[in-house]
Amino acid sequence: MSVETATAKPTGRRTSDAVREAFSKYGLILVLLALPLYLGVRDLTQDGSLTQLGNNLVLGLSNGAIYALIALGYTLVYGIIELINFAHGEVFMIGSFVAFGLWGTIGLTLSTGPLGVAVGLLVSLLVAMVVCGVLNVMIERVAYKPLRNAPKLAPLITAIGFSFILQNVGILWLGSSPASVPDLINSQKVLFDIGGVAIHRGDVLAVAVTIPLVFLLTTFIGRSRLGKAMRATAQDPDAARLMGINVNTTISMTFLLGGMLAGAAGLINLLYQTSIWYFQGFTAGLIAFTAAVMGGIGNLKGAVLGGLIIGCIQQLAEFRIGAQWTSAVVFAYLVLIMVFRPQGLIGEVTREAG
Amino acid sequence: MTVESAWHWVKNHANLVGAIVALGLAALLPLAMDPLSTITHNCILAAAYVVMALGLNIVVGFAGLLDLGYVAFYALGSYTVGWFASDHFSPVNHEKGVHVLAGKFADTLPGIHLNFLLIIVLAIAITGIAGMLIGLPTLRLRGDYIAIVTLAFGEIVYRFAVNGDQINLAKGYTLTGGRQAISPIDAISLPGLSEFDSATSLRSYYWFALVLVAIVLIVNFRLRDSRLGRAWIAIREDEVAAASMGVPLVKTKLMAYATGAAFGGISGAFLGSYYTSVNAGQFQFGFSIFILAMIILGGLGSIWGVAFGAILLSFINTYFIPDVFNSVPHKLGLDFDLTVLNFGIFGFLILIVMVLRPQGLFPERRRALELTEGVGAGDSTFEVNAP
Repeated sequence: MSVETATAKPTGRRTSDAVREAFSKYGLILVLLALPLYLGVRDLTQDGSLTQLGNNLVLGLSNGAIYALIALGYTLVYGIIELINFAHGEVFMIGSFVAFGLWGTIGLTLSTGPLGVAVGLLVSLLVAMVVCGVLNVMIERVAYKPLRNAPKLAPLITAIGFSFILQNVGILWLGSSPASVPDLINSQKVLFDIGGVAIHRGDVLAVAVTIPLVFLLTTFIGRSRLGKAMRATAQDPDAARLMGINVNTTISMTFLLGGMLAGAAGLINLLYQTSIWYFQGFTAGLIAFTAAVMGGIGNLKGAVLGGLIIGCIQQLAEFRIGAQWTSAVVFAYLVLIMVFRPQGLIGEVTREAG
Repeated sequence: MTVESAWHWVKNHANLVGAIVALGLAALLPLAMDPLSTITHNCILAAAYVVMALGLNIVVGFAGLLDLGYVAFYALGSYTVGWFASDHFSPVNHEKGVHVLAGKFADTLPGIHLNFLLIIVLAIAITGIAGMLIGLPTLRLRGDYIAIVTLAFGEIVYRFAVNGDQINLAKGYTLTGGRQAISPIDAISLPGLSEFDSATSLRSYYWFALVLVAIVLIVNFRLRDSRLGRAWIAIREDEVAAASMGVPLVKTKLMAYATGAAFGGISGAFLGSYYTSVNAGQFQFGFSIFILAMIILGGLGSIWGVAFGAILLSFINTYFIPDVFNSVPHKLGLDFDLTVLNFGIFGFLILIVMVLRPQGLFPERRRALELTEGVGAGDSTFEVNAP
């Protein structure tokens, strides 16, 4: 995806470049660590314990797991067609709505037995994933594919258009204010208590669903034939086509995978937050996008890492700075990263970032 | 002057003649209506949106920098009038207030009260500087990253607007009113004219808005044909080529951000005074897209197209959705209020226009060429927009 830059750069690297590279990379790590470190020191001096910080970070990591799943969708699509799929957050939102709708259809309520809940949730996970995957492919067909020859901003604009359309689908579906959802898994129940740091069922669920999915995804992309086609298309679409790869199918496949992950994130979010709102996708989408950029867009490991980090930052901001400032803090990080290290923590230099 | 040479003159000055005819006819419109007519009210909003859309058109249409945070300048313009033409800073000068030709009534109130013309100058300065500050970090970035950074800035400004009532600049001085609007805002008072009063007649506001539109149209045409305007278009078409031809990228881009922002500020200040209140809830992301939809619909870069797009979308928003088509879902047996779906409708319009007619309804000639020249240049799907 960054072939041009690679050829345009001189092969030998100068020391000043290396210094600058190290400076910006470790600078970013330092900036990311600043908030937890500051709060940790303050906690230690004031309360003499790190329990509160620990609790924040646990919530941050489990929230981050959800962001990571969404961020993977951004990064997959960006990696292959260099497009910010602005509607991706809304696909995640639709995932929550589909799962919630399905609970109503199959009669999953608080009085359902544990086995029924487990089966019901598994079914709704699969349905949400399939619906979101197909929806994402459809968005690509309608809004992006006709514009592959157009200037680059055109598909971004249609993506925004689509995201508003999906938001309004959400409004028609469940109204314009947040609704609460039955807490099927009793997500606030404390499972472990490690030195005062509580780990809830919801936290375990978020991580327990995310890890296998990420593992499956990386194996699929690393090992399967289609995964190889995806990597080839990302590197050089023209060469991939010459090698007999069906580029259109590969792109659709990428959108399918991204959408499925967003659907899974939608279900987890539903269980974890026990609330649902048409606007949840917009905020979560932007936070997840920040995560993808932070990790280095186009890089799968980076997206997961970025998701976990941004989850922690978001939780720290929410509990320590004030919930009304959360999005401002996250966006401030987004701007800082974009400006000073657009290639992210472990990404490579792209044309946008150049 | 013969008839033929007069005709030539008209043809050569088509934009000028068009503007005079259009604005002249528009100026007569409210005389045919009740002074408090809703139509006049809708027209005032449309005129304010034309000013904003023409401002955003400079950034997006001329210079090709996708700005998704334009609402920030609307907010700053509105807060300029909120800060300097209301009792928001009431403790100033021992509760006696500061007054500069603010009009008979406002001159007696506490708080800062400046004449609206001064407010406009201030709004231009504040938003122009803010535009440059927001533009600065995006200079190194290209394409969609600019869009996201500007979006982030728009959201940050919105957060400050919403939470500004908790930010104390000094004792008794808060940054904004938050969700509690800053209100009332002074009516516009111009030297030599009686004070505007939107309670008895909307006409003076309407004519003032038309004057703003006229000025902004002239500035836009002059800018587009100036050295700066040509530099913007050169950057839009090919940044590398423009730079190697000697176009100073930093200065040119910052000028685009500043000029575009200033128009947003003027319009924001006007709307603040017209609504007589400034409320943080007005400054959400959706508004940026509302304005963006106007310029996409009309045709990016095309001044007349953008003005038309702004008027059309404004009326869709203030008239067609709530008044004309709102009963349609009910007739189809569906039970919902169409007004909650206005952004979905804008999204749909953006999508349809971008896919079916990316050059917009009234495209600029050069832009239309740009969009079509890539087709047929090779069957590569990916190369066309490589810089």
